[in-house]
Amino acid sequence: MQIYLDNAATTRISPAALRAMLPCLEEHYGNPSSLYAFGQDARERLERARAQIAARLHCEAKEVYFTSGGSEADNQALRSAARIGAAKGKRHIVSTAFEHHAVLHTLDRLREEGFEVTLLDVHGDGLVRPAEVAAAIRPDTCLVSVMYANNEIGTIQPVAEIGRICREKGVLFHTDAVQAAGHLPIDVQEQNIDLLSLSAHKFHGPRGAGVLYARTGVRLTPLIEGGAQERGRRAGTENLPAIVGMAAALEEACRDGDARRVRVAALRDRLIRGLARIPHAVLNGDPVQRLPGNVNFCFEGIEGESLLLLLDDEGICASSGSACTSGSLDPSHVLLAIGRPHEIAHGSLRLTLSEQTTEEEIDYTIDAVTRAVARLRSMSPVWRDLQSGARPFVIQ
Amino acid sequence: MALYSETVMDHFRNPRNVGVIENADGVGEVGNAVCGDIMKIYLKIDGGVISDVKFETFGCGSAIASSSMATEMIKGKPVEEAMALTNRAVAEALEGLPPHKLHCSVLAEEAIKKALEDYYQRRGQS
Repeated sequence: MQIYLDNAATTRISPAALRAMLPCLEEHYGNPSSLYAFGQDARERLERARAQIAARLHCEAKEVYFTSGGSEADNQALRSAARIGAAKGKRHIVSTAFEHHAVLHTLDRLREEGFEVTLLDVHGDGLVRPAEVAAAIRPDTCLVSVMYANNEIGTIQPVAEIGRICREKGVLFHTDAVQAAGHLPIDVQEQNIDLLSLSAHKFHGPRGAGVLYARTGVRLTPLIEGGAQERGRRAGTENLPAIVGMAAALEEACRDGDARRVRVAALRDRLIRGLARIPHAVLNGDPVQRLPGNVNFCFEGIEGESLLLLLDDEGICASSGSACTSGSLDPSHVLLAIGRPHEIAHGSLRLTLSEQTTEEEIDYTIDAVTRAVARLRSMSPVWRDLQSGARPFVIQ
Repeated sequence: MALYSETVMDHFRNPRNVGVIENADGVGEVGNAVCGDIMKIYLKIDGGVISDVKFETFGCGSAIASSSMATEMIKGKPVEEAMALTNRAVAEALEGLPPHKLHCSVLAEEAIKKALEDYYQRRGQS
């Protein structure tokens, strides 16, 4: 048995997306840039996909630029806004401490190039305060970049309020909606979003396809030079099968969105209730302003990688913010940003559900995690010290 | 291809010598919770020979497996031989560790040395 609870990492492709892709690989393999009818047929499919996605985002088709995925879209959004700002002598960017590394590392580069970056506090609940965004904006601010929903702890940011503030102050607003697209409603008009990134494989589309939405008038800087694809903003022959699959997946994910959210959130809350019964465990991130499929806990006295290995033996695919799983010495920057101490952040577990997750899988997982945590605690010197009182509990 | 060798997984799934020794002759603890690794080794020594050894570990799979393997390697051995245990020997006995996990075998070596030093110190004082 395999229970896949790592849907924030990637998802299984939906049958509808796969069905849409196969003809583009087998029959309609023309290059959209070719003049003959066979190429123009591919062009039509590409533009149909663009229109479909634009409808879901509530923007115009010409504001949708296809990229290789979320990371590229984030990189290009930030670089473009920075360039627009620099041309006006504005070299200050506001973002948050718990953005995805595609944003944070691009900000590091921009800092090296002379930009100043303010990273907002995300507080203990993992939520940005719109008033703090407003206070951080200066006359030389060119961009505010705040993710729509966090990839580790699932907290949903008040993007509409932040968008309104940015519009009022005349500052570009980018949101990394990689975890939100297909899972939460998006309306770039209503939410005053100027730039938005999304990635197909987070909503049951294929890997290798993403979108950068850029409002008309926001000039994108190409990261990849070459041909005139994507209106000269992103060179390279379009990944048509993946793009068509992405459009189909987004259509399906948005259909009956409210009903899906209610159903998945009910399973999420069942899992949260079950794991909260484990002693000295704490949910990371706000319980309400939260992606329907995200559960993230810290368990005191254990380390996350060994927990993942035990769960893997039980057929459960999960992830952790421990240093041992990140390949660095520090645990998750997201957990540190919400104030979890290092030793607690090492003991984190992220379980992310999909529309296919069942109640049986949730109950099995609660049981498996409970047993695995108890087992690791039984061999942990930290747990022994906590029990004896030699070390105070951080999580009550 | 799995992250760890079969031997690592075997020692992780079925760790040998887990626990504590009350009135141990030597105890050594290394690492810290902030870094995500703590190993604690307890030794019982009779006539210069390690008659019993137990460990407790807070850490990743390779940290638990390294502790388990290291305790197996020194059990029943003279203290001089245990003192000579190297992290390389532990990693080799585990059929290798991923490069970024070699420090787990280093911790195992250090924990045993620290427990032995504790034993020597106590003996010196008595």
